[in-house]
Amino acid sequence: MNYYELFRATLPETVLELAALLVLIVDLGLLRKAGVRTRSVSAAFLGVIGCGVAVWAVSIAPALHFGSTLLLTVGGTAGVAQCSILILTGITLLLLVDCIFTRNPGEYVAVVLMAAAGGLLIAAAQDLLVIFTGLELLSVSLYILAAFAKKSAASAEGALKYYLFGGMSAAFLLFGFSYLYGLSASTSLPQVVLGVSIASLNGGVALVSVALVMIAVGLGFKVAAVPFHFWAPDTYEGAPAPAAAFIASVSKVASFALLISIGTALMPGHAAAQSWSLILAVLAAASMILGNLAALAQTSVRRLVAYSAIAHAGYILLGLAYFKADGRSAQAILYYILTYALTTIGTFGVVSAVERGTGNDSIGNFAGLHRRNPVLAAVLLVLFLSLAGIPPLVGFWAKFNLFAAVLMAGGGIAPFALVALAVAFSAVSLYYYLQVLKQAYVAAPAHDTKIKAGPITMLVLVAIALAVIALGVFPAYLQNWIAGFYPAM
Amino acid sequence: MLAWTIYLSFGGALLESLLPKSKPGLARVLALLVAVAGLTVAVAGYAGGFAQGRITVTDLAWVPSMGIRYTLAADGISRVLLLLTGLASVAGVLFSWNIELRTKQFFAFYLALIGGVYGVFLSYDLFLLFVFYEIAIVPKYFIIAIWGSTRREYGAMKLALYSFVGSAMVLIGLLASYATAGAHSTGLVDLAHAGLSTPFQMWCFPLVFVGFAILAGMWPFHTWAPTGHVAAPTAASMLLAGVVMKLGAYGCLRVAMGLYPHGLDPWGFTLLGLGSWRDVFAVLAIIGIVYGALVALAQTDFKFVIGYSSVSHMGFVLLGLMTLNQIGLTGAVLQMFSHGVIAGLLFAIVGRIVYERTHTRQFADLEKMHLGRRMPFAAWAFVIAGMASMGLPGFSGFVAELQILVGSWRAAPWWAITAGIGIVIGVAYTWRALQKAFFADGLPTAHELEAERSHPFAPITWAEVSGVSLLVAATLVVGVYPRLLLDQIEPAVKTFLAGGVQ
Repeated sequence: MNYYELFRATLPETVLELAALLVLIVDLGLLRKAGVRTRSVSAAFLGVIGCGVAVWAVSIAPALHFGSTLLLTVGGTAGVAQCSILILTGITLLLLVDCIFTRNPGEYVAVVLMAAAGGLLIAAAQDLLVIFTGLELLSVSLYILAAFAKKSAASAEGALKYYLFGGMSAAFLLFGFSYLYGLSASTSLPQVVLGVSIASLNGGVALVSVALVMIAVGLGFKVAAVPFHFWAPDTYEGAPAPAAAFIASVSKVASFALLISIGTALMPGHAAAQSWSLILAVLAAASMILGNLAALAQTSVRRLVAYSAIAHAGYILLGLAYFKADGRSAQAILYYILTYALTTIGTFGVVSAVERGTGNDSIGNFAGLHRRNPVLAAVLLVLFLSLAGIPPLVGFWAKFNLFAAVLMAGGGIAPFALVALAVAFSAVSLYYYLQVLKQAYVAAPAHDTKIKAGPITMLVLVAIALAVIALGVFPAYLQNWIAGFYPAM
Repeated sequence: MLAWTIYLSFGGALLESLLPKSKPGLARVLALLVAVAGLTVAVAGYAGGFAQGRITVTDLAWVPSMGIRYTLAADGISRVLLLLTGLASVAGVLFSWNIELRTKQFFAFYLALIGGVYGVFLSYDLFLLFVFYEIAIVPKYFIIAIWGSTRREYGAMKLALYSFVGSAMVLIGLLASYATAGAHSTGLVDLAHAGLSTPFQMWCFPLVFVGFAILAGMWPFHTWAPTGHVAAPTAASMLLAGVVMKLGAYGCLRVAMGLYPHGLDPWGFTLLGLGSWRDVFAVLAIIGIVYGALVALAQTDFKFVIGYSSVSHMGFVLLGLMTLNQIGLTGAVLQMFSHGVIAGLLFAIVGRIVYERTHTRQFADLEKMHLGRRMPFAAWAFVIAGMASMGLPGFSGFVAELQILVGSWRAAPWWAITAGIGIVIGVAYTWRALQKAFFADGLPTAHELEAERSHPFAPITWAEVSGVSLLVAATLVVGVYPRLLLDQIEPAVKTFLAGGVQ
């Protein structure tokens, strides 16, 4: 490896960092005297352009080797996840334009771009050290983003909780990684798996299990799986809407891509793979049950979305618990997380527009939305029904695809029972989604004033809603796009 | 060509939602045109289907990598139910002519619901069928919650959750069958040929059957039906009882019984005298028949009588399915059609013609209003509809219930006897409702006559007359000349019994 190779392999990340610098220079230099809005618009658009260039960079960047060990991979899961991270980051940046919560939009966009660079690293990393560095880059940026509304106490509280839990879980993760290194004398993922398998044959099963549990704690925090979910409702509620959308979407995509890498590396049938599967299945079941039940009791839409996010993480973890390395499971999970992330960004867009119009995000404030802003109400209808898994929207298709993959991968009664549980709980979830939609469509509005949202926000939201419908009616397109990254089987 | 029923309805729904708010008249006319066009296509498709078996309408690859195809096909059973859907949708629009609140949204939801129903009856791919089945759930919720009456939000939510729980059960069965059969295809024909093992069918059959039967109003999962029907606006009650409950029964027949025929085999042991799922569901159907009729007998709200009578009549459909013989199954399909028309008629009279003028559905109040004299059209219409509902000869219900009784006598005589008791109670509750609502004793006092004269009821509109005529004509024609439908149902049932859906 020389510096040229390093540069070429990390071109997407480099593009993002350069874009971040450019945004800062423009914002703090050229536009110093301009209004906040102008600076928001310019920062957001520069960021979007940076993401666009980075997508191109992803397509040409080669894999990165250090000697014979693979550090960063390309194509397959990494390719899909990187492209989607960049696209989703671009969409969340567009939501910033109409949502003024800070006097420093340039700094906000720069931090978002750095977080996205962390996400790109995790998605492609095949080495424990790179994984950890990427995770920290992502996490630290997210803590800053969550706290970005400096005048809001809720934002500070949410961010502090996020930071404390995050710091702790990072410690657990590193602790687990150190065990793995001790067992295998390597940090490269395939060699670690090999070393761990040998160690478990030689009676090291207990040690391996401890390490896996530690790692599950660390990653369970990132994806907000029960019981490591406590930060999620507060952070979703307190963080400024574009930041919350970013945390709920991009960070999830990156973390699940990492989990897919781990799942692909594990050797099926081995003791390590079995205990990993068991741990994930337990997390999945707990998340589905607790997420859906807790969401029933929420009166704040953001908290409702947070608990429903926990439930959705549960469904996806199910796909990871019963994982088959032939690409089908990975594609189903990516399909789910991508479409889920897109839907969630749209949801936060609607929620933040309603917040600006009515003051806060309590369910009652959505009353009569269909009269106060029919387009927003229609977008919310599409997004929530998709999250509830109603065909022909994309959420249904994602669920079907994922659950079919689970049943194909895992034989026996346990995966079937968990899928049945998941399907049953999506019936429960319809109740709380309908509670919000009932306010929007059935209840009479408290005021007859219109709720306004900026043209770019509306454009983005309508585009997301149309995408949710179109991808649901023609699911094969996205599926083929994802499958295109994988070598033909 | 039949596929146009789906496209027309969804296209109509889209157009409705794009109409300007200020033109409710336009929304109504458009809805009527779309419904009539759908009916025309259904009739034409029906007429072209005599002496033909299953006709494949469309067959396109939808999700090639998972073997999911967009397959629309229709056999005699489907064609009869499409005809019913067309009739019910036209009548429903006619009886919604007075909707003033958010008119275009109402018809948008209404047509989306109709489109979903057409889709279910035409689907020959299990995945596609499920998609259409679920599409029909959401519009129901909003139609009831926004335009409904009595405890509408409760009724709407209960209906939506029951439907969704039922469809969750179906989805589990669908996923399990798809994975067990090797994940090559979700086509009904392919799955039926996949050679699913008998133990698998034994547990998958009841799961899917109950999932669909919830929507068909099978006791003890029927409780959504009366509250939902009562809460719904008239057109929605007509559709719910008329076609949506048929979706459930159709799913039971086409999917549960078609894909898992061995699920009906004897268990090899008996528990409380029940030896197979067939016995279990037959008993539940019979309980539904008798229980629905008895509860209908005790109601004080006119609409609840009709709501519970639907539970009773749908019990006949399920019983007919469980006979597993030619005549019983034919009767079940005919009963679906017959009940769809008659229940629509009854709900229209009670919910629209009577309620919109009296603003009460309580028998105690209606008894004092002398409706038999003041609303002769409604009284006559209800007498005819009541006779049809009792199953008197000359109406469609007679042929259907007779066939089901004969079929169940062949299966097990005590089924027929108990169901026969249900028919007798059916006569009683219809009679009671007729008498209390329209022909109560007692002459009006001079004071009452004065009040009647100063506040006459609004005259019967053309929409009401044409809606009633359409439905009465349908039940009479089929009652007098049942071969019209039987010629298509019988061969389809014969093929079905001979080899599942193959």
